Amino acid sequence: MFYQESGQFSTRYRQDGRALRLWQQRAALWALLALAFGLLPFIGNDYWFSAILIPFLVLSLAGLGLNLLTGYAGQLSLGSAAFMAVGAFASYKLQFLLPGLPLLLSFVAGGVVAAAVGVVFGLPSLRIKGFYLLVSTLAAQFFVEWLLTKFAWFSNGNESGVITAPPLLVAGHDFGSPAGRYLLTLSVVLPLFVLAANLVRSSLGRNWMAVRDMDTAAAVIGIPILRTKLLAFAISSFILGVAGSLWAFTYLGTVEPHGFDLSRSFQVLFIIILGGMGSILGNFLGAAFIVLLPIVLSILSGSLLSGVLPAGQLENLQKIIFGVLIILFLIKEPDGLARLWQGWRARARLWPLRF
Amino acid sequence: MSFFMEVLLGGLLAGVMYSLVAIGFVLIYKASGVFNFAQGSMVLFAALTFVSLLERGLPFWLAFVLSLLSMLLLALLLERLVLRHLVNRPPITLFMATLGLSYVVEGVAQALWGAQVHGLDLGIEDTPLELGGLMLSRFDLFAAGSAGLLVLLLSLLFNKTRIGLSLRAVADDQLAALAVGIRLQRMWVLVWAVAGLVGLVAGLLWGARLGVQFSLSLIVLKALPVLIIGGFTSIGGAIVGGLIVGASEKLAEVYLGPLLSGGIENWFPYVLALLFLLLRPAGLFGERAIERV
Amino acid sequence: MSETVAPLLSLAHISLSFKGVKAVTDIGFDVAEGEICALIGPNGAGKSSLLNVINGVYQPQQGEIRFAGRSRRAMQPHEAAVAGIARTFQNIALFKGMSVLDNILTGRNLASRSSWLEQAFRLGRAVADEEAQRAVAEEVIAFLRLQAWRHTPVGQLPYGLQKRVELGRALAARPRLLLLDEPMAGMNREEKREMSQFIREVNQVFGTTIVLIEHDIGVVMELSDHVVVLDYGRKIGDGEPEAVRALPEVIAAYLGQQRH
Repeated sequence: MFYQESGQFSTRYRQDGRALRLWQQRAALWALLALAFGLLPFIGNDYWFSAILIPFLVLSLAGLGLNLLTGYAGQLSLGSAAFMAVGAFASYKLQFLLPGLPLLLSFVAGGVVAAAVGVVFGLPSLRIKGFYLLVSTLAAQFFVEWLLTKFAWFSNGNESGVITAPPLLVAGHDFGSPAGRYLLTLSVVLPLFVLAANLVRSSLGRNWMAVRDMDTAAAVIGIPILRTKLLAFAISSFILGVAGSLWAFTYLGTVEPHGFDLSRSFQVLFIIILGGMGSILGNFLGAAFIVLLPIVLSILSGSLLSGVLPAGQLENLQKIIFGVLIILFLIKEPDGLARLWQGWRARARLWPLRF
Repeated sequence: MSFFMEVLLGGLLAGVMYSLVAIGFVLIYKASGVFNFAQGSMVLFAALTFVSLLERGLPFWLAFVLSLLSMLLLALLLERLVLRHLVNRPPITLFMATLGLSYVVEGVAQALWGAQVHGLDLGIEDTPLELGGLMLSRFDLFAAGSAGLLVLLLSLLFNKTRIGLSLRAVADDQLAALAVGIRLQRMWVLVWAVAGLVGLVAGLLWGARLGVQFSLSLIVLKALPVLIIGGFTSIGGAIVGGLIVGASEKLAEVYLGPLLSGGIENWFPYVLALLFLLLRPAGLFGERAIERV
Repeated sequence: MSETVAPLLSLAHISLSFKGVKAVTDIGFDVAEGEICALIGPNGAGKSSLLNVINGVYQPQQGEIRFAGRSRRAMQPHEAAVAGIARTFQNIALFKGMSVLDNILTGRNLASRSSWLEQAFRLGRAVADEEAQRAVAEEVIAFLRLQAWRHTPVGQLPYGLQKRVELGRALAARPRLLLLDEPMAGMNREEKREMSQFIREVNQVFGTTIVLIEHDIGVVMELSDHVVVLDYGRKIGDGEPEAVRALPEVIAAYLGQQRH
């Protein structure tokens, strides 16, 4: 954190347009990647992979999906989990209908189906704005849940609607172990983050933000509003769909509609509120927070508060803490953890002399 | 035909309860511009407080008054700790704050009173009543009556008192209301407390029907389509919207449900609301402002 | 301007009302290619409404808009932008969450030729395209002397600079017709002088036709080639600045109220 940006000047527009402008930032990223791919798979234990790292990665991706739609394009949605469910079930169904379909391709296909569904429910966004749009996304949430539970075709006639995900084979290699599932998840999540980071700095990303900040002015400068909004729905839903597939295939190991209910949609929304709307990094921070807080709380209640806190109260406490934090962030730091992170960095740069 | 009428009336009566929740919404939205997602948790909180006090041996009226006071306290805290700090923020931010609020209120309610289902007996038998050849639920009629009474009280409050005048001024133009010396913050507390009262009544009626339990907070999800159909700013709209949603979802479930293997009540109101939105974006009774640039 | 050249913009019999309240009544005037035309008149005269009609934010109930040889009943905002009309707003309509550079780049959105897929993968035309748009945006930034604030979020800039950024966003589109709604409102003398200078340069260097609304009559007389006076939604004067200034109706309706 104690690096200086002095002496690094962009001499070309291409350099100035980079996501990470300083060599230190890029070096830190490469180091992090080396750690994530090269070191963690060997030193992590099963608990870390299954209970922390995999849900963290998948939820970061889901956060990214919603963030593109809500944080960048300004379209509020409470239907994230529905698009995740569509992705998961579509991937599963396609695996089943087309035996031999490569796993990664079925993830992509699941995302494409989710994108199509997202566009359908995004269509009303042309005529309705703000929280009126909640109606459309909530309609998606309830309709998709109903569809997947009521019609046995989606779960191949399985009464409970819960189905075991197929084995995780990529190019003949089995990624079924916790470390393998972690690596597989990481290799799907990261490229999508790179693409999204590219997009938000491109003309589409600027159009999204323009529509978000002031749609009348956006229309006046020639931004096609409907196309821009629908692309936000499509791309957001694609990413959410892939996240849903990962959630079912690499995290849970089962495909079931109940994992994608309204509370999951809320969870994804909380990730972006806490992490930072309109920030790519924020999705990681928000997801880490959401995954770690319950774990930290249960450890604390196990040691510090043991005896003080009755067993059933942990969940209530967790709810209260989440609620309070959301309100606190909205009041004090609407740009979320991502902005706090920037603040800390700026302060660290000046440390110890505050000038 | 009489079967159809029975379904329709049953739906209308159920719709009355949707209207009640929606009215709480409209009150808050008009006075403070907040789209209050926590209305459902407020219903839960009020009903849970009431039933827990009742179970501890308090008489009905005392439990009612204490629950009402707890809603007032909630309104005070809310204004002091949340609303005051979010003045002039975009509506979406306020909405998300109420999402957080709903988590807090639900968490506190369940931490205080436990998560089990409480039975609630208001002393009204739920026996069918024959009226002009139609079988109607006695309880539903009672519920509709109570709701009607409440609406009457509210309209008196808004139309005949000084407080009502101030509230209408705030709803019309916050800045102008401030300029003529209306204390905005006090109005917010008042309106949130009144919404709490509406929530308490709704919670008791729903609770007597379904038991007082967590799922009460989910009726907020039914209120949203009601608001879309009726418009966000009209109490009359909330009532009509509630009736439309109640009746149409029952009719849809009975006549359309079997074709679609049932359970369509969850999403049907939303599809209906979407249709309304596309045809009449401001709702039946709402006003749509001209966008000035 | 010779008489035989068709005007760039020509409005005929435009009427616009909101819920029965008339904002603009039967207005028509021409704007010649390359001129600076000022719309003046008291508050509520319908000046902003007229600008909104020209670039399609409002659709008039009656009338015809002829721009660059094409005649329309009403404009659509997107259509107007494609046809080469850009504008600024009375109450700055910048994208508050974005930097100065990004705001100006949004003005280039119609010029962008790469698809979103190419942009996501940074493939094909995307990189070259982005650089080309950046180069134009940088020209605008240099022209308006905004270099120091390139990466600053516009929400953090003072009012006068925001006005300049909004002009920049409009210029980035390289418009044929530029509509400016009170570009100097709320500015001090120094800022006004600077803004007038920018407007004149845009007109002279790029040959952009400009229609502007301005209250400062001194600025109007100095800057414009052509003045249209509105009052209560009707046109009461149209011509060269000096000629308009002498019209009795104009003096009564507008100039008479001003002290010089």
